[in-house]
Amino acid sequence: MAEKKTFEMEYSKVDTERMRLNVGPQHPSTHGVLRLEVELDGEIVTEVVPHMGYLHRCFEKHCEAMTYPQCIPYIDRLDYISSMNNEWPYVMGVEKLMGIEVPERVEYIRVIMAELNRIANHQIAVATFGLDAGAFTPFLYYFRDREEILAILEKASGGRLLYNYFWVGGLAADVHPTFKQECLDVIKHIRATNAEVTNLLIYNKIFIDRTANVGILPADVAINFGCSGPVLRGSGFPLDLRRAEPYSIYDRFDFNVVVGKGEVGTLGDCWDRNIVRMGEMEESCKIIEQAIAQMPDTGDVQEKLPKKIRIPKSEILSRAESPKGDLGFYIVGNGTDKPERLRCRATSFINLSVLPEISKGYMIADLILILGSIDIVLGEVDR
Amino acid sequence: METNIFIQLLGNNWIAYTAIAVLPLGFLLLYALVAILAELKVSAWMQDRLGPMRTGPWGILQPLAEVVKLLQKEDITPDLANKVLYNLAPYMMFTGAYAAVAVIPFSQQFVPSNINLGLFYIFAVSAIATIGVVMGGWASNNKYSLLGAMRSVAQIISYEIPAAMAILATAVLASSLNLNEINTVQDGGIFNWFIFGGPGPWFKVFVLPFTFGLCLIYMIASLAETNRTPFDIPEGESELVAGYHTEYGGMKFAMFFLGEYVNMFIVSAIMATIFFGGWQSPFGSSIMSGPVWGLFWFLAKVGTVVFFQIWLRWTLPRLRVDQLMDLGWKYLLPMSFICFFAIALWKMLI
Repeated sequence: MAEKKTFEMEYSKVDTERMRLNVGPQHPSTHGVLRLEVELDGEIVTEVVPHMGYLHRCFEKHCEAMTYPQCIPYIDRLDYISSMNNEWPYVMGVEKLMGIEVPERVEYIRVIMAELNRIANHQIAVATFGLDAGAFTPFLYYFRDREEILAILEKASGGRLLYNYFWVGGLAADVHPTFKQECLDVIKHIRATNAEVTNLLIYNKIFIDRTANVGILPADVAINFGCSGPVLRGSGFPLDLRRAEPYSIYDRFDFNVVVGKGEVGTLGDCWDRNIVRMGEMEESCKIIEQAIAQMPDTGDVQEKLPKKIRIPKSEILSRAESPKGDLGFYIVGNGTDKPERLRCRATSFINLSVLPEISKGYMIADLILILGSIDIVLGEVDR
Repeated sequence: METNIFIQLLGNNWIAYTAIAVLPLGFLLLYALVAILAELKVSAWMQDRLGPMRTGPWGILQPLAEVVKLLQKEDITPDLANKVLYNLAPYMMFTGAYAAVAVIPFSQQFVPSNINLGLFYIFAVSAIATIGVVMGGWASNNKYSLLGAMRSVAQIISYEIPAAMAILATAVLASSLNLNEINTVQDGGIFNWFIFGGPGPWFKVFVLPFTFGLCLIYMIASLAETNRTPFDIPEGESELVAGYHTEYGGMKFAMFFLGEYVNMFIVSAIMATIFFGGWQSPFGSSIMSGPVWGLFWFLAKVGTVVFFQIWLRWTLPRLRVDQLMDLGWKYLLPMSFICFFAIALWKMLI
């Protein structure tokens, strides 16, 4: 396998050999059970082959044996750190096929929950990215704040990570009476920590040296590979489904689509992808504030539904902007209460496919950073 | 003047020498426990958490519990490892670190071995620790360990030179390689320490920026030599799992760990001795000075430097291996040469 190179030197012949290194599946920095087969020339990466499937759970086939509401807990377990955002495109698709309009209050709660969950996801992404670069402290600052977000989500749904909260036609339960105030409090803490981490980590000279000009992903390559979310926007392409095809009530809010600008290095490097996540946390805070101001105080949280949820012979591709990017569910109904086919367009999987392309020629320490900047969750990659 | 209190008290016999040899070892083991606890607690406070709280009051027995845990572990040697080198490496690392303690002046009355080539000796023996790292990394027969060992050699060699230059410059100022002698020269309060240009008339301010710069250079280089963040790339856990000691467990891992902490102590002690006056009182030789106060000042200064190292570790990200080489060869080395040149010139002129 290893390619041999021979250098003619003055007195002797020196044979060099490339080394095949297995990174993972048990490795501190592969963010789960991903195995990367890496070919190294010294410390320079010459080839990366990701091997997936260690967490394959037969999700799509499994759902064909399940009724529509029963699929939701399995969808939670795809991208298990932003479950609210996973449930949303699925329930939206089912509702569209059934022709249900959900109450306005439900839409607002869904927006707030999804944005809180998006912040929690980006906090983990930035924190673990810092950890990959060797900065341990911001990691714990973010996890401290994330607990507060999870406490709100737990109060509403009963689960810390896997919520099963967005139901077809509404929500599992109404929110707590102090919900609005708690959200506003947590936003204050999120902003304070973001300012602190920006100071401590993002503009740190060592951090910039490590991440700027590393793993450059040009916008055209990103589009060719089908990347979406912060990976695509980090390359300067402003595609955000919340703005491009506003679903739910996103057309009512004023927010910016954050894109990378190549501020400290080249456009589309690891630092840009990271700063997009930092910016999106702030935008999510703005959306939550507006939603809380507009949200009706009382109202129903569950539309009246037939006892069995049946979908006629029809199909839909329902998409929403998850924190990782464009998450889609292709739902095919066959007239019964179980889907004929449920296909998931898994964002992490598609974003991961660009890794071999952009990590060649960098050092092994950079490879870990590039992987961290793509922000994958293996639950979604393997399904 | 005899500088060793044990020889003064017990006479020039084997009992005194045994005491001289055993005392620093006991001290270092105790120090390692305290330093591990400090690392745990300081990092916890920086990260807004409590740290270990269950073992003893405020968790102060946590390091002991960890040692006991490591003692209970099975002593594994991988099948494909080179048995002799693999088992020897951790002790090599610790020996190298411990040997350097021999010339550290703890107090004016206690220098384990007051030899005239103290500085030279320290550089000679502290390189032994590198051999331990290479042996461990190579003998483990693991790709991660090998990469870690390679990085470690490259790093320690490139940082030994600026560190040596920084120290040699002070040897020029003190006109001695004897560490106790270097300490004695810095008599007379905080402004006579070598970080502030050493003792001299008012126009020593011209040399002050250079000695201060050398202190910083030595600080940075010593971080790299002890494999501490931001230079912990030989064991950079995010890419190399644990670097050269990936395959080690139990007491052998503990020896590596102990070696690392002892190394921290050594570089801090050299820094305190050379730049911060060692056992000299910051208020001059008449206030709060004497053998016991000397020990106190020395330990206080070492503790401060160790705390600084811990502080940096939990604040900064890690450099990449090529950036580390850049910093060493392109910045620190030329700067240390300039400082050395300026100091030598100054010494010639006065």
